[in-house]
Amino acid sequence: MNGQGGVMLDTNPDEGYTTADGRKIGGVAMEMRNITLRFGGVVAIKDISFDIRWGEIRAIIGPNGAGKSSMLNVISGFYHPQEGEVIYKGYRRPRMRPYQVAQQGIARTFQNIALFEGMSVLDNIMTGRLHHMKANMFQQAIWWGRAAREEAENREQVEKIIDFLEIQHIRKTPVSRLPYGLKKRVELARALAAEPSILLLDEPMAGMNVEEKEDMCRFILDVNDEFGTTTVLIEHDMGVVMDLSDRVVVMDYGKKIGDGTPDEVRNNQEVINAYLGVAHD
Amino acid sequence: MTTTASPKAAPDELCSVPALLARNATRYARQMAYREKEFGIWQSWTWAETNDQVRAMALGFVALGMKQGDYVAIIGRNRPALYWSMVAAQSVGAIPVPLYQDAVAEEMAYVLDHCGARFVVCGDQEQVDKVIEVQETVHCIDEILYLDKRGMRKYDHSHMNWLEDVMREGRAAQTRLEPELNKRIAALGWDSTCVMLYTSGTTGKPKGVVLSNRNIIITSKNSSEFDNLRPGDEILAYLPMAWVGDFIFAIGQAYWTGFCVNCPESAQTMMTDLREIGPTYYFAPPRIFETMLTTVMIRMEDASPIKRRLFHHFMEFARDTGPKLLDGKPVGALDRLKYALGHALVYGPLKDTLGLRRIRVAYTAGEAIGPEIFDFYRALGINLKQLYGQTEASVFITQQPDGEVRSDTVGVPSPGVEVRIAENGEVFYRSPGTFESYYKNAESTASTKDAEGWVATGDAGFFEEATGHLRIIDRAKDVGKMADGGMFAPKYVENKLKFFPNILETVVFGNGRDRCVAFVNIDLSAVGSWAERNNIAYSSYQELAGLKPVLDTIQAHVEQVNESVAQDKMLSGCQVHRFLVLHKELDADDGEMTRTRKVRRRIVEEKYADLIDALYADKDSIYTETEVTYEDGRKGKLKATLEIRDARVFGTVAQQVAAE
Repeated sequence: MNGQGGVMLDTNPDEGYTTADGRKIGGVAMEMRNITLRFGGVVAIKDISFDIRWGEIRAIIGPNGAGKSSMLNVISGFYHPQEGEVIYKGYRRPRMRPYQVAQQGIARTFQNIALFEGMSVLDNIMTGRLHHMKANMFQQAIWWGRAAREEAENREQVEKIIDFLEIQHIRKTPVSRLPYGLKKRVELARALAAEPSILLLDEPMAGMNVEEKEDMCRFILDVNDEFGTTTVLIEHDMGVVMDLSDRVVVMDYGKKIGDGTPDEVRNNQEVINAYLGVAHD
Repeated sequence: MTTTASPKAAPDELCSVPALLARNATRYARQMAYREKEFGIWQSWTWAETNDQVRAMALGFVALGMKQGDYVAIIGRNRPALYWSMVAAQSVGAIPVPLYQDAVAEEMAYVLDHCGARFVVCGDQEQVDKVIEVQETVHCIDEILYLDKRGMRKYDHSHMNWLEDVMREGRAAQTRLEPELNKRIAALGWDSTCVMLYTSGTTGKPKGVVLSNRNIIITSKNSSEFDNLRPGDEILAYLPMAWVGDFIFAIGQAYWTGFCVNCPESAQTMMTDLREIGPTYYFAPPRIFETMLTTVMIRMEDASPIKRRLFHHFMEFARDTGPKLLDGKPVGALDRLKYALGHALVYGPLKDTLGLRRIRVAYTAGEAIGPEIFDFYRALGINLKQLYGQTEASVFITQQPDGEVRSDTVGVPSPGVEVRIAENGEVFYRSPGTFESYYKNAESTASTKDAEGWVATGDAGFFEEATGHLRIIDRAKDVGKMADGGMFAPKYVENKLKFFPNILETVVFGNGRDRCVAFVNIDLSAVGSWAERNNIAYSSYQELAGLKPVLDTIQAHVEQVNESVAQDKMLSGCQVHRFLVLHKELDADDGEMTRTRKVRRRIVEEKYADLIDALYADKDSIYTETEVTYEDGRKGKLKATLEIRDARVFGTVAQQVAAE
């Protein structure tokens, strides 16, 4: 269960575990091995190891400044750690250029919404399909054959996501006119449009009211249920995390202080200390 | 029993909805039967395809063990597959019972238990969850079927089926089960039950109204002919499937006539979808026409001065000319020319925006519609008419023929319907559409329908001598007496108040008292937009409802109504002396309204007894706590201090208290 410090590469997809509600969790999708990330003299992440399995909802929690967002950037490949290695789909991941980062099948949403405000919801979500379009600029310009066909295919995928997230009524609405909760949902839609193998959610419920949170939870669960998308999320709201995730990593001051099922984590003394506040040396 | 003579009206083989479907599948094979917007595109099915889908579903139902006489509950928003499930259930000899999709679990439990539904067809996970909750107390349900697969993977499927799978199984078993299905369809006759609909019940528990094939098909035939409905007509099916009107329009008339039923993408996209479809035949309760008009007016306030002036000028002109043109009355050449110009500049574009450009026939019913609102649409050249009906009559009792349309009558008796007025003013009718009985409630059946088939509507009304049109005053049981013996007709006053866009709902009290008082609900969109334009900040409905300028406006409205009520000698005692603006909207979830949004007077009276007492005592304000139910069934408390206002009353009233 606790994939801490695994040495052997786990490539057998049948290996895994079954959750309490009967979902099959597969083998290891990504493994972090002794990751250390520094910004100059600041150590953001200190020697952290854990794994993410196919099909699970994995949460990373921790107090402010614990290094959660840095960790998410390491997972996405945007940051390359100074020490340690990331094993993704069975291969050690090299340092990558931004476009390579984008092509590896990991999609994310942002803590501060990063949508194109002036564009419609539909167009925003279509941008998530960019990597599924092969037509070149010339073909796009004359709009015949491949480009038109591709557009139709991609639009179909996007429409399925619109239907899934119940945002039909704002399809043609410019994003800037939407309330916050809906923008978050559009961001999720855009991430899903990329058909990612791993979906990263950076504080998906931040700043939402109770109803919006409930909706979001439902969508995250439904996405996982319907598409089997492996989901990694960072969240402050402990209640949400505990209800939602299969396994939880707890970070504090750049270190991992707990890892396991929500129940295990809840009873972990170090986690309790970190959250209730105990004097640090 | 109904006294209908033998159904010569329609050939005998067309005595059930499945039989009509079979006819349409050959006669209108390639014409559109259903459209639904999904994935951003209008998906469509011809009559032949519809027949194929319905038969597959029916075979699947047989394979699942659905028996003749079983009750099948259908819960969900308007979607083609759910309409098909009703016809499929009829095909196997079962009885469809559509339910209100926004009903909370306990309301659903009563109906499911009462009809003993063995099968429940749900639109999506939300409805399935409610049914599962209901199953703790209701044990008759054998199989749950669902249409939308989303989120359903983890459920225990031992007694649960995806509708698509059911159809697949039906197709696979076609050779084996087809003879059985054909036999069952052939067994359907005029007296077989077509559908059972639960009346929302302004009082007490809902009653199951049993409607036979004769009721539905003859009524559909008569009413389709009355308005010359034809294949190629389009309707938008967006009203609750549990409501008799939806059943008559989207199944009865659609199958009789062979026109196309369009289902919107979701409840929120209704207006956009309406515009895209441009229906030719349209039904909406007054509230929807009101909302549309309010939106238009709000948007005109924001328009540039030139546009605004143009709009007001031409609307003023059309108010007189538009209805005349519609009714085919003589109109001068100059006026015709000006109307044509107005059509090019204002009426046409406006109708286009509203999605009403292609309308040939539009109806409104259920509540009185404000003359202003009614005239607005008639002025635009939209043939908006009124009808009067109820579930027990398969909708139609009276309706307005083309050319005889007025906002204060409900028309002449529909074809085949006899209407008489009892001595106490109550309206009675007898028609081919008259319901068979209330399910498992012989007592109510007997008290509503007499041996000769006359049904009491419970409404008080009279026929206008000059025109032969029926006018409805109020619910017969709501009409009461004031302490001084004057007539008390609350609806009459309430309707006048509700004609103001700022007032969404109101309840007037005063039966047996010396004067009338009222509760008022403001209309959040109208008042909210006014607040926005005037830079008035508010954080909630409650706060907005309590603002002084809002109260001033409402008071002005109340006084205006009092003035107009005072004109009527019989009803002048019904003027509102004191009123308050409620801190919450009356809501069906709290039981204050029916699902069709009619106020449950008695429940409101009990629930807010403290407020009524305060209105009759001479207090200036009252503190109150109210329990509210949220959409998910949880309960909470609202606390508020409400200001009570006195309104000016006008002459002719024998009132010693001038409330000031």
